[in-house]
Amino acid sequence: MSTPALRVSGLSFTYPDGTKVLDSIELTIERGERVALLGPNGAGKTTFLLHLIGILGGGPGRIEVQGVALEPTSLREIRRRVGLVFQDPDDQLFMPTVYEDVAFGPANFGVPADDLEERVRQALAAVGMVGAEERAPHHLSGGERRRVALATVLACQPDLLVLDEPSSNLDPAGRRELAEVLAGLDTTILLVTHDLPYALQVCDRSVVMNRGRIVADGPTRQLLGDEATMRANRLELPIGFNPS
Amino acid sequence: MSGPHTHALLVHGHSPVHHLPARVKLVAMLGFVVAVVITPAEQVWAFLVYGLLLIAVLVLAELPPRHVLKRVGIEIPFVLFALFLPFLGGGRRVDVIGLSLSEAGLWAAWNVVAKGTLGVGSSVILVSTTEIPHLLRGLGQLRVPAVMVAIAGFMVRYLEVVGSELSRMRTAMAARGYAPRWIGEIRALGAAGGALFIRSYERGERVHQAMLARGFSGEMPPLRPDPAPPADWLTGLSVPVAAWFIAITALLL
Repeated sequence: MSTPALRVSGLSFTYPDGTKVLDSIELTIERGERVALLGPNGAGKTTFLLHLIGILGGGPGRIEVQGVALEPTSLREIRRRVGLVFQDPDDQLFMPTVYEDVAFGPANFGVPADDLEERVRQALAAVGMVGAEERAPHHLSGGERRRVALATVLACQPDLLVLDEPSSNLDPAGRRELAEVLAGLDTTILLVTHDLPYALQVCDRSVVMNRGRIVADGPTRQLLGDEATMRANRLELPIGFNPS
Repeated sequence: MSGPHTHALLVHGHSPVHHLPARVKLVAMLGFVVAVVITPAEQVWAFLVYGLLLIAVLVLAELPPRHVLKRVGIEIPFVLFALFLPFLGGGRRVDVIGLSLSEAGLWAAWNVVAKGTLGVGSSVILVSTTEIPHLLRGLGQLRVPAVMVAIAGFMVRYLEVVGSELSRMRTAMAARGYAPRWIGEIRALGAAGGALFIRSYERGERVHQAMLARGFSGEMPPLRPDPAPPADWLTGLSVPVAAWFIAITALLL
């Protein structure tokens, strides 16, 4: 079997005040898989994501991205390989124009200036936002902002795409458009969400996290149908929604 | 709101002035302003020529005169105090329409108003013909420290975000019947200001994380080639060079 896109073993993290947020996390994601990470508020999902790009750390455990272990010396390489799309696009888009924002990542990772334009074009094409290059992020609609935020990460050509609550604050059309964009990508995806129908739509496999531990792992459809697990982890399907 | 035009001061256009690279215009404006400032106030003719130069650029840039006048109006509070100088100044007095005014004060007032107007006028031309992202990039190319350019850029980017956050907080307060009538009731406004500060601070942290996640290492990377051919420099610098010629003549006379 080939090297997995992500392998996390024995990862724990305790905040300085003694709160244990991550507790011996074990998670392996194979290349090309789309995995949803589900769990109630405060389960440690965002803390986990910040570990994947080495912004938080210091606890025991090991993270490998496509065979490269996360260490101080490999931090840059890991951040190139893991593309994290933040929950609030206003946090992600900080440059004066869309072009500059999308070019920011690849330029940091050493893509020469002559190739940047092509990178930016490809990334914007993948999210259906070609033509928005010179627009200012605050003049985009919520859905457009979300797609440009995704483009800023796609431009880095990550091995693992990580999205934090990508469907929040989107109208149904924006939500569907984003799902279509995600479906068209061949990158490995880890999607953190409370939106269970969205998880089912985008991801074949789901992992449930609660109180810092991985408590369930399986095919999304099967997991959403498992009432005991769902109830134990404060997961609820929208009324009238039947996963099977 | 849509389209690429990123700020209210900009007048969209395709004039030669619009097309000059931002860094050329920045250098030209700075050169012009310095020439104006070092010119002695008594050489009234020099200021008239400066004014004509600016008007020529205005016409070339196809800027509507009304727009420019409105923008130049921001100098009014600053030059207002200059109007007191003729009354307060000492030395020889002269009679102007029945008022006894100080001659030195009159010159001082003229100095402030003339130089202020020319300076503001030239910056209005700059911002009316240049998009803010280009201005920021121009500052970077002129070796203004990257940190300062980045701070200016963040200010432009997040002014609207923080502003809308503030207006949401005010709406939320008004929705719960908050309408301060006396000074003791404005406490809640202070609390809102504090909350806004904390929120902005936290946003700053999240933005920084998002930058780190995309490989930020403390320095803004160069993002696109942006040539300024010698011809552009020649065109752009013709105005400040003319101004310097006038300034030196005025100093020597």
